[in-house]
Amino acid sequence: MPDPRTSGTGRTGRALAGRAFAHRLFWPLAALGALLVVNVIATPTFFNVRIQDGHLFGSLVDIVRNGAPVLLVAIGMTLVIATRGIDLSVGAVAAIAGAVACVYIVKSPASGAAGTAIVAITTALAVCVALGLWNGFLVSVIGIQPIIATLVLMVAGRGIAMLVTGGQITTVNNDTFAALASGYLLTLPVAALIALGVFAATQVVVRRTALGMLIESVGINPEASRLAGVRSRTIIWTVYVFAALCAGTAGLIIAANTHSVNANSLGLWIELDAILAVVIGGTSLAGGRFSLAGSLVGAMLIATLTRTIPNIGIPAEANYLFKALVVVMVCLLQSPKARAVLQRRGERPAGPPSPSSREEAVA
Amino acid sequence: MKKTLIAVCALALGGMSLSACGSERDSAEDGSITMGFAQVGAESGWRTANTTSIQESAKEAGIDLKFSDAQQKQENQIKSIRSYIQQKVDVIAFSPVVETGWDAVLQEAKRAKIPVVLTDRAVDTEDTSLYVTFIGSDFVEEGEKAGQWLVDNADTSDVDKDGAINVVELQGTTGSAPAIDRKKGFENVISSESNIKITASQTGDFTRDGGKQVMEAFLQSNPKIDVVYAHNDDMGLGALEAIKAAGKKPGTDIKIITVDAVKDGMTALAAGEINFIVECSPLLGPQLMDVAEKVVAGEEVPERIVTEETTFTPEQAKEALPDRKY
Repeated sequence: MPDPRTSGTGRTGRALAGRAFAHRLFWPLAALGALLVVNVIATPTFFNVRIQDGHLFGSLVDIVRNGAPVLLVAIGMTLVIATRGIDLSVGAVAAIAGAVACVYIVKSPASGAAGTAIVAITTALAVCVALGLWNGFLVSVIGIQPIIATLVLMVAGRGIAMLVTGGQITTVNNDTFAALASGYLLTLPVAALIALGVFAATQVVVRRTALGMLIESVGINPEASRLAGVRSRTIIWTVYVFAALCAGTAGLIIAANTHSVNANSLGLWIELDAILAVVIGGTSLAGGRFSLAGSLVGAMLIATLTRTIPNIGIPAEANYLFKALVVVMVCLLQSPKARAVLQRRGERPAGPPSPSSREEAVA
Repeated sequence: MKKTLIAVCALALGGMSLSACGSERDSAEDGSITMGFAQVGAESGWRTANTTSIQESAKEAGIDLKFSDAQQKQENQIKSIRSYIQQKVDVIAFSPVVETGWDAVLQEAKRAKIPVVLTDRAVDTEDTSLYVTFIGSDFVEEGEKAGQWLVDNADTSDVDKDGAINVVELQGTTGSAPAIDRKKGFENVISSESNIKITASQTGDFTRDGGKQVMEAFLQSNPKIDVVYAHNDDMGLGALEAIKAAGKKPGTDIKIITVDAVKDGMTALAAGEINFIVECSPLLGPQLMDVAEKVVAGEEVPERIVTEETTFTPEQAKEALPDRKY
């Protein structure tokens, strides 16, 4: 039987296919595509997008809109992970942001006014900056391990959010605030525009300036970068503040989505979803090289997965199992070692693992 | 030096525990009842109302209440139950965070001869002698009440007039007692009706955000939804948002049935955006104090006490809303 790789396609085609396979976003994108196909089979109208009340309406629009919070948190998380850190407090920070904004609006005399919403949002984001400064201080100045330093706020933060709301689900009636999640601009959902805007701005700043390279150098070796003249401390501090700011924005969108804040459940486990998105996107938890585009694909994969469950009618009891299976499959496909094993099974010669394979296998 | 310090500390501690024992005996002698209550946490308005009810009715009944908040963690609850055993309270009451894992600590209470009352949530144990009674809602009955309303109002609930009533169900947290039982009760009633069927069912984790996201998906994949049955108000409120965003009118184009009757839910019911709410009352304080007095006096109490609950239609909600505290 002729080897399918040598027959037909030719040399250049083979090289192109090889490069596509080797690209670190190939497998996550393939998984995303496969999930979408599964959804279309279950619901043939899945890709249908129509205009409803002057804006786009459809499953794909919902996915992009509901995926916005995870995407925002994942953008911040990518930079933190690139510096060899991790931020577990993002879910709690999101809850605090939602709580501060909603309680401010409820307590304000003009609780429906646009101005109130803008002040509330600004106040909430300012609080997030303070929380990010605290995380960054613990990690970069005191030198506490990131996982422990941010664990403090992960646990305490939800308590703070409960304190702000008095343990109650706080409901707000403010159209400007609600527009953060359910509003549309030029027929596109505002939440998705915010997330994609932050994504584009971050991408430009880290790739058009030296910042991205500096972050990677800090992640690869903080001491060596410091000796080389990189201000590691300032960079690490900055990424934690940025992560908190992203988490706060995500929290505001989640709160706006239901016009209410529930300090217990807002952003619960979003840190894990965000870390998963980053890892699926091919950024190593060991720090160093990072890919924001990868995190974008990861976040969209998670949002699609969440949507797939009710769409294809997975029973509630099997939710987590289904999610786990898909995630394990994506991670295995991404790991060069696992792929090599699969290829050997198919009696094809497997090349020696590339130097980067170990690092990616960890991810 | 160090040794003396330790000795002093030990003496001081010993003295404190002795005096503690002494004061405990005093309170038992003067006839007042001491109750230790281990609350789940302050997870929602419902829970806060539950706490307030217990605290206020303890004060009214003249019962000395020792209250602890477990912040949704079983180990915290076990710790506070142990401390109540050490303090030799007269009766222990608690709302278990989860159903399993209580046998050891309840055995300790039994050995110390302290009666245990479960409130609002049950425990899963082989040995029912570990607690005297369980006061709380009958979640199966709540599901049945919801189903019964749908059966009674079947003619108006077939919104698209195609002869079949398609229900989508938003379940509570998978595996939790209210989610399992409210689903079961609802199915018990509608199973005899051939024209009513559940076309989709998925968990929304008892949250508004969860309810909204699942409902968005249902609206796309099931075009003929007539009724939403949500296991609590919050998910129903989330579904309501999703229905509005899809350009439909909640309560008219799609009927909504929920369970709980918290203030936000009642407001939506009064506005006609929800059609029916089955109450799940958190106000079980008076019943709890009553049981505590009977148990301490050595009287028999039934093994299962169901909270007094009702149901609400939009008209009833309008009347009840001004006095609604939670």
